[in-house]
Amino acid sequence: MLTEFGRVLIFFIIGAVFVAGGLVTAWLIRPNRPYPSKLTTYECGEVPIGDTRVRFNIRFYVIALIFLIFDVEVVFLFPWALVYSQLGWFAFVEMVIFIVILFVGYAYVWRKGDLDWDRPAPKIPTFEKGVGVREDHLLEEQVVGS
Amino acid sequence: MEFFIISVIKIVIVLLIILTVVANLVYVERKVSAAIQNRIGPNRVGPWGLLQSPADVLKLFIKEDIVPSTANPFIHSLAPVISISVALVTFAVVPFGGSVELFGHQVKLMIADVNIGVLYILALTSLGVYGVTLSGWSSNNKYSLLGGLRAAAQLISYELSLGLSIIGVVMISGSLELDRIVEMQSGFQWNAFLTPIGFITFIVASFAETNRLPFDLPEAEPELVGGYHTEYSGMKFGTFFLAEYANMITASSLIVTLFLGGWQFPFLETFGLPAMMATVVQVLTFVTKVAFVLFFFIWIRWTIPRFRYDQLMNLGWKVMLPLALVNLVITGGLILAGLF
Repeated sequence: MLTEFGRVLIFFIIGAVFVAGGLVTAWLIRPNRPYPSKLTTYECGEVPIGDTRVRFNIRFYVIALIFLIFDVEVVFLFPWALVYSQLGWFAFVEMVIFIVILFVGYAYVWRKGDLDWDRPAPKIPTFEKGVGVREDHLLEEQVVGS
Repeated sequence: MEFFIISVIKIVIVLLIILTVVANLVYVERKVSAAIQNRIGPNRVGPWGLLQSPADVLKLFIKEDIVPSTANPFIHSLAPVISISVALVTFAVVPFGGSVELFGHQVKLMIADVNIGVLYILALTSLGVYGVTLSGWSSNNKYSLLGGLRAAAQLISYELSLGLSIIGVVMISGSLELDRIVEMQSGFQWNAFLTPIGFITFIVASFAETNRLPFDLPEAEPELVGGYHTEYSGMKFGTFFLAEYANMITASSLIVTLFLGGWQFPFLETFGLPAMMATVVQVLTFVTKVAFVLFFFIWIRWTIPRFRYDQLMNLGWKVMLPLALVNLVITGGLILAGLF
């Protein structure tokens, strides 16, 4: 007796056969005439400069971290939603407390500016009188020197 | 054994229908966009240009497949396959009709009646991001890498609102089975009317998940050339293309199933039709609803301009997420007040 997930597996296999069939047919009938400049990556028609796999913006990483926290929240909410109508007011209050706790975290993340994609320029701490004068002096010297 | 054969027949029919619809959907999209922009659209190949899609497929088959010498060839080939499998396999749990009696067997008109259908959908849609991100990374092209990274950040941002808006539906129907969710929406008790906020957030999140305009930042032709598929050509590009439209069909079916009453024809039981005919009406109802949502997808694409990336992230995190949470509280309150 085939289980329901067994059917999903068959669906996957037949779908894969369809797709693989297309790819293999194309592989059999298409021409293949490579030469070095055809095999370079596209960069506005110029010769590519430097490697692609460089370090990228940390913003992507922070977003992924926040996502992880909230996705776990969603996972917690599913079993609760399933039996919600049987539990009544108790479940409602419990859930509101749970969401409020997460909402505090959300507000914190928002206040810290981690949700802003376009972050404003960092504020450089101002120096006390006296010290600041000296720093300005150094800065000016650098500008003149360069 | 008979069950096995019935399953296989159902699967092959459904797959053939999806692939045919995908090919024709491309034609429909080109015609509709032409009408919206006051053009004629494809009209040279066959009557009214109807054979345009087969011609395009044939062209893709005989095009050379160019893999950049600096790319990672295995992952480069794997990525489009991941995209298309996720798009197709998600459709396995969508019910497209009630049950029908065929040759003495009760056959349910869905491929797999999984009892955790909603979780299955969420799990698979989150796998979709791998296809896009891996293609972006493996091409070793700067535009592709940017497209892939953007896709990853965008998909995970919108997946939260997607999941949270489904929770409202689960609360109302008290079940994770899609079949049961559809049955609960008899008459005009569609979830779209019961949780309007959830419906809107789900539609917006679906647009972002399928990378359709106004959220097609991973592709963004004017700034990223082709985004994650810049370095793809031939049938591999065709597979990505197929995946985009298959994703659209799956997303539309999910919108219909979860919010627009699925295969339910309002008050069908009052007509007292014979069982076979009622099933045909149900399937036709489902197809019509999906066609309307697909048209809506195309309509939006050719009407609204693309978002800027920071606007996209702001909308996802600062508008959609709080809205989806508020929707949960409102839905919970309304259920307790006994309104549903």
